[in-house]
Amino acid sequence: MLSKRVIACLDVRDGKLAKSVKFVDTKDIGDPVEKAKQYYADGLDELVFYDITASSEKRNIMLNVVEHVAAQIFIPFSVGGGVRSVEDASRLRLAGAEKVNVNTAAVQDPELIARCAQAIGSQSTVLSMDVLRVDPSSSTPSGYEIVIHGGRTHTGRDALAWALEAQQLGAGEIVVNSIDADGTREGYEIKLTRMIADAVRIPVIASGGAGKPEHLYEVLTEGHADAALVASMVHYGDYTVTGLKEYLAGRGVKIRKAVH
Amino acid sequence: MITIVDYNAGNLRSVKRACDAVGIEAVFTQDADQVARAERLIFPGVGHAKTAMDTLERTGLADAVRHVVKRGAPVLGICVGAQLVLESSEEGPTPGLGFLSGRTRLLKVDDPRLKIPHMGWNSVRVERPHPLLAHLQPGDELYFVHSYYLEPSEAQHVYATTEHGARFCCALGRDNLFATQFHPEKSGPIGLALLASFARWDGKSC
Repeated sequence: MLSKRVIACLDVRDGKLAKSVKFVDTKDIGDPVEKAKQYYADGLDELVFYDITASSEKRNIMLNVVEHVAAQIFIPFSVGGGVRSVEDASRLRLAGAEKVNVNTAAVQDPELIARCAQAIGSQSTVLSMDVLRVDPSSSTPSGYEIVIHGGRTHTGRDALAWALEAQQLGAGEIVVNSIDADGTREGYEIKLTRMIADAVRIPVIASGGAGKPEHLYEVLTEGHADAALVASMVHYGDYTVTGLKEYLAGRGVKIRKAVH
Repeated sequence: MITIVDYNAGNLRSVKRACDAVGIEAVFTQDADQVARAERLIFPGVGHAKTAMDTLERTGLADAVRHVVKRGAPVLGICVGAQLVLESSEEGPTPGLGFLSGRTRLLKVDDPRLKIPHMGWNSVRVERPHPLLAHLQPGDELYFVHSYYLEPSEAQHVYATTEHGARFCCALGRDNLFATQFHPEKSGPIGLALLASFARWDGKSC
């Protein structure tokens, strides 16, 4: 039986680690390569890097970070943020990323998912979606809307419909990031995660809102997520990856033993 | 020195990096003659089995790999590289290299909660001892990502299994050939240890 995965997400800006709260007020908190090594040693299952570099001329810094990480950690890791083309995706793959996350550009051009799946394989093509709770309407019957540009732009697109479309186009995995929960540390959006996880046949990673170990337990059981993404919980040293995994295993969730 | 077969199979750089990390000298090459002369060979693979097989045949790399297996040098297949050691694959479909009897089949699961591809960490059960699996402890997990599974027809070729919906083979081999569905290069310290063992392996199965 597959283990549930604990994934750490590192937001990287200009090659440095940052953490956002509700996507504003980002502040630098360290070196992403060092953090990655520490989490790897702690038994982390997977890593996600999100490049939040604003200027395109500094984007090559990220390729450098990816190469350094790939040379030192031997678990899967994915990279997202600003991936607009198959060329972007292929460059990240060559630099050593196992998977590439597409987000805004895929909403604007859904065929990007199909092109990436063709070029680097479905297993390496991850759709990351930023989701906002809204009143159900004819365009958003699920009560969840896709937002883009880091949460600043509404699309009028229904989150559930988008998840199904992305799967159809060849996405191999979906990251469901709740903008409402992001940075609150009050728990994942269970209802949203479960709705998406139950509807698709590909793995779903829950993102946004983790603050306590109980939150991971909830989203991996009640929320039907295959993996739980954590960020500030572990970045600031409140919890360790090892501690989180031991907690989950103790509550009967199948988790890979942290290797020491 | 390990030679890694380069046929645009996606993960070869990861395999090379993992070898570097444990101090194993490894090179990758597209040159069939260089592959044919390999002292020991890693035959990786990610992606579509038929595309991979077509590329291998077209470039002469398939014959080079056949030659290495035949002359008894240690060979390690990974993922699609493992699937192609069997006679055929349903992905395409395509013939495989046919070093072992059996085929690669599409993974189907009845339980809607189980996802395809089989992606993530899963426990590997050793079914018969092998030098490359000697360091595994019961319950140890390795990293998988695949939608097709290995079905060798002879039980004696099955060295390890895992379970996703049903139990299936995830490591197979015979003599100097060993192959894994999981990715040692992405499986943390346990996977790196397997690569380190391969670098020292004499090519005998027990």
